[in-house]
Amino acid sequence: MTDQAVNAAAPEIGRARLRKEDARLITGQTNWTDNIQVAGLLHLAVLRSPMAHARITRVDVSPALERPGVIAAFAGGDLAEGLGSLPCAWPVTEDIVLPDHPPIAVHEVRHAGDPVAVVVARDRYAAADALEAIEVDYDPLPPVLDLETALADDAPLVHSDKGTNRCYTWPLATGENFESVRQRAEVTLRRRYHQQRLIPNAMEPRAVVVTPIAASGEYTVHSATQIPHILRIMLATVTGIPEHKLRVIAPDVGGGFGSKLQVYGEEAIALAVARKLGRPVKWTESRSEGYLATHHGRGMIQDIEVAATREGRLLGLKVDLIADMGAYLMLVTPGIPILGAFMYPAIYKMDAYEFTCTGVFTTRTPTDAYRGAGRPEATFAIERIMDDLAAELGLDPVELRRRNWIRHEEFPYTTIAGLTYDSGNYEAATDRALALFGYDELRAEQHERNERGDTVRLGIGVSTFTEMCGLAPSRVLRDLRYGAGGWEAASIRMLPTGKVEVVTGTSPHGQGHETCWSQIAADVLGVPFDDVEVVHGDTRSSPQGMDTYGSRSLAVGGEAVHRAAVKVVDKARKVAAHLLEASEQDLEFTDGVFAVKGSPEARRTIQEIAFEAFTSHDLPDGVEPSINAETVVDPENFSYPHGTHLCAVEIDTETGKTKIRSYVCVDDVGHVVNPMIVEGQVHGGLAQGIAQALYEEAVYDDEGNLVSGTMADYLVPSAADLPDFVTDRTETPAASNAMGVKGVGEAGTIASTPAVVNAVVDALRPLGVTDVRMPCSPHRVWQAVRDAGRAGAGAEAGGTGPARSGQSGPAARSGDLGQYGEEGSG
Amino acid sequence: MTHIKVTVDGTLYDDEVEPRLLLAHYLRDRLGLTGTPIGCDTSNCGACTVELDGASAKSCSVLAVQADGCTVTTVQGLSANGEWTALQRAFHERHGLQCGYCTPGMIMAARDLLRENPQPSAQEVRQALEGNLCRCTGYQNIVRAVLAASGQQVPEEATA
Amino acid sequence: MIPPAFDYTRPTGVDEAVRALADAGEEAKVLAGGQSLLPLLRLRLAFPELLVDVGRIPQLRGVREDGDTLAIGALTTHHDVVHDPLVRRHAGLLAAATATVADPAVRHRGTLGGSLAHADPAGDLPAVALALDAELVVAGPGGRRTIPARDFFVDYLQSALAPDELLVEVRIPKTDGWGFHYEKFHAVAQSWAIVGVAALVRRDDGHIAEARIGLTNMGSTPLRATAAEQALSGADGPQAVARAAEAAAEGTRPSQDLSASPEYREHLARVLTRRAVLTAGGMG
Repeated sequence: MTDQAVNAAAPEIGRARLRKEDARLITGQTNWTDNIQVAGLLHLAVLRSPMAHARITRVDVSPALERPGVIAAFAGGDLAEGLGSLPCAWPVTEDIVLPDHPPIAVHEVRHAGDPVAVVVARDRYAAADALEAIEVDYDPLPPVLDLETALADDAPLVHSDKGTNRCYTWPLATGENFESVRQRAEVTLRRRYHQQRLIPNAMEPRAVVVTPIAASGEYTVHSATQIPHILRIMLATVTGIPEHKLRVIAPDVGGGFGSKLQVYGEEAIALAVARKLGRPVKWTESRSEGYLATHHGRGMIQDIEVAATREGRLLGLKVDLIADMGAYLMLVTPGIPILGAFMYPAIYKMDAYEFTCTGVFTTRTPTDAYRGAGRPEATFAIERIMDDLAAELGLDPVELRRRNWIRHEEFPYTTIAGLTYDSGNYEAATDRALALFGYDELRAEQHERNERGDTVRLGIGVSTFTEMCGLAPSRVLRDLRYGAGGWEAASIRMLPTGKVEVVTGTSPHGQGHETCWSQIAADVLGVPFDDVEVVHGDTRSSPQGMDTYGSRSLAVGGEAVHRAAVKVVDKARKVAAHLLEASEQDLEFTDGVFAVKGSPEARRTIQEIAFEAFTSHDLPDGVEPSINAETVVDPENFSYPHGTHLCAVEIDTETGKTKIRSYVCVDDVGHVVNPMIVEGQVHGGLAQGIAQALYEEAVYDDEGNLVSGTMADYLVPSAADLPDFVTDRTETPAASNAMGVKGVGEAGTIASTPAVVNAVVDALRPLGVTDVRMPCSPHRVWQAVRDAGRAGAGAEAGGTGPARSGQSGPAARSGDLGQYGEEGSG
Repeated sequence: MTHIKVTVDGTLYDDEVEPRLLLAHYLRDRLGLTGTPIGCDTSNCGACTVELDGASAKSCSVLAVQADGCTVTTVQGLSANGEWTALQRAFHERHGLQCGYCTPGMIMAARDLLRENPQPSAQEVRQALEGNLCRCTGYQNIVRAVLAASGQQVPEEATA
Repeated sequence: MIPPAFDYTRPTGVDEAVRALADAGEEAKVLAGGQSLLPLLRLRLAFPELLVDVGRIPQLRGVREDGDTLAIGALTTHHDVVHDPLVRRHAGLLAAATATVADPAVRHRGTLGGSLAHADPAGDLPAVALALDAELVVAGPGGRRTIPARDFFVDYLQSALAPDELLVEVRIPKTDGWGFHYEKFHAVAQSWAIVGVAALVRRDDGHIAEARIGLTNMGSTPLRATAAEQALSGADGPQAVARAAEAAAEGTRPSQDLSASPEYREHLARVLTRRAVLTAGGMG
């Protein structure tokens, strides 16, 4: 897998190139935002609401000013002038409720952690101390925590001026009428699934440094962000600072997973404070502060119903979601469940599909994108209910999927949800996965253990997923009422000495774009990999971009690099033809060399052409003195990676502890640029998806306090908690881009959560368990087994019937049940 | 203020510090040794792991005054002459890092393991790294990297 | 996050440390390895005016034999406890349980005395000290006194140490010939024990002659499962052990938290006691 093993003349694309990014990262020569020191730097600290919901009746920051080292302190009202509402760029419906979202609260706090005041001091210690001197009086208001009762007429309101906690209702209905399909169905199955709230936990906490040049009104913002380009536009809007006077830089960024796809209050506040003081300001989040202040992910109740024939052919699907927006709408909060709306039908053919999503305000930290963003939730629900349906019909869960999936010869295929999947081969990926997994042997062992009544049960979970990523065709985004386009920019600068700069609008934070974009450019241009430098993450040096999220970077941004490089070659060809006194058609371009067909000695390298363009001494008439090129790519379709994931778990039914015994996945992400990096993306995605299935949950008590408020309580799994994964790939090239590539960043997360939970339920089904709420903690599993035993084995197993009611219930009392209430076993 | 003398990455520093100053902040803010990052406030994540008198320690859970008279090695002190250590090479060659934020701590924790157990099993590597969290890699390539750095054969992935 | 300000002193001897504590009254805290204290300070859950750093008192470190007892300096780190040949030979339960505390970096800094003085019922070592019938030697202005482990843990995070007293030594009767096992049950490797069971078993002629069971996280203090211990006496096989283990939760008052209900903890105590005893007794 290492470089040495590979022939130097082999194409760069497809090669397991070791990463360019690593050298600085493994030697500590990093440039994280918190590392930045500038002369006169001040430190900002934020006082946050300890209450979920309250009116602010008094804020007195003056005692803080008495503390040593304190330069300034501001209440929300002191900063309100010139600081607008934080943006929501995705108002998903015409009548969506869009509440005001001041970066720092002035009259009312709406979640624990809502900022109420800031201090600015000479160092971070003095700033932290001074926070304690600020006096705030709160008049408590009722918290709003339960998603279903929040919609009742008499519910207390998160935003009283709006008169409702309902943010929006977004419907979609396609194909036949679901009701009529249900009438003719032989089997229907309804389930209620819960997507717990998750905390993204990028390893680098957020940070921002604002350096002003007061005299000219220019500001440089360094931020630990995924989206420097979008942030620049939005900060200009929020603060009124003209866009051309703002420069935003994302230096080394330590992971994002969606949590840094945001325009945060602290970024706006730091800018406002630096403007007010004319001094550079730094804010760095602590981890437990971030648990309150950095957006959360997931947080949904999913009611799902399938209608099918006795033979297991799907007829229709109906999905009703209630999605927790949290206290405010942040950048793309309302759109996250909508990204899932088109994915519930997944890889299956059916005649009817109905979907609605209702967004609800609660007094919790706002939700927004977290790795997968809407698609993990959709995939979970459909893959869970496919397993439940298989159990109901007495079919093997893989066989049920085979009977319904789109066959490889049917591509391109327009799904019931209206998406056109360009390519795929579910059969190939599944067959490969089953073989690697030893599916039949494991089934035999499972049967044997069940017969024996073993206290350690074996469960096998299946997830045959696809997803839509590579955001996105701009016209589709328009139709979804998204506030921007989905294009990506790239330019290539051919330097006079033959070296190459690739300027990209993507903004990597661990994905390895510097390496992969170099591979793409090196291949197309025929230059050495090491001669390419990738420039990114600074709105001055890479001025145009839509940044990195939604598994879009390669399929859109990498494609842009590819096309820009092709343009460079086309421009260079004109110059080469002139110099070689040949026609363009008579030139061949291989490995960086233009040669005249039939006379190989007549040749010019692309580096030589770059130098010719620099001197411009002998260019053809009418040709500009540059072979640089730029391009902006707007994709024609989404990207649809897919794969088959199989998980085997062993459950100690005495303690409830789940152990993953083996995990096999075969993903199809089309052609790959760097298989080593692709594999790494899959590994990391699996870990996060498994973490949702088994370990992680943001838990609130019934007053709206975040109980899992530190890393000691929120269980991010370590190496000791996760297994080795067996990963493999099939390659069905994408038809929607020149390289045939698909997104990979979110695939593992999307696919793995249902694979694991299906395995857990599969292990326990003989004991009468039909569901276990996530995370499937030992306590929950034990409770599910016990409750099923009490109810009598099989009493509720798999039957056609209403979803369990009351699961939105009261908020959990410190714990064991999770924030959306009652346990969901049975 | 308390007077301390600490040798960090081969340089002796002589400083007055507040007793409450965390070693991690001393390294980062006072000495400018920002190669050691901070990832949490409960000593769970291990990003700030350094070597303190030859043993791994989480520098966010040590006071600078506790390091008085001690020798500290950070990730920045590993390749002082420009040559990477076996662990650094292995993390690179086995793709044991993505965003790289956890990497300094991972490398320091892995050093500690290999000092005490030069030929660990994969499971022993996983156990030894239980106090170092990574959100990007899913750990598999980190485990491979540590095994490779120990000179052991590492199973190759099934990737086509 | 950032600790609040405090004064700091670093005594070089026990007497000096005790004087510093006595002078400061209730507002002083002892800093040993700091692995429990520093996170509390950083989260601003504790506001001591003075930290008395005992980390440089060499007499407090190390393990020695004293007849039928091991005397372990309070400042001996977890790492050193795990690797100490005397501990491994004569107090294997302590070595085994200490190896499960936190993670390697924390074990390099954290100390046996610090873990016990912190008196966290979710910590692994208090229950182990109970099971081992350890005695804790504390130094105060009036000299030294010895507190049996069963009297040391008073309440949640509260020990029998007076504010001006320092834990200096942990004395552990040798358990040569006893079988031992610490069964720790947690959600992820790094998290606190949901329940832990420390078992010591002395076998005689194929049956259990004597068993001692310490319970982690089954109440506001570490506990001995005395009913189970009595029931285990004379148990001659796995089924008898299983029956006896049913009494493991008697007299416990476990708490409700993020990871478990009291009922679940009681259930775990029974299951884990059975497993721990079977392993300790070589009967698994």
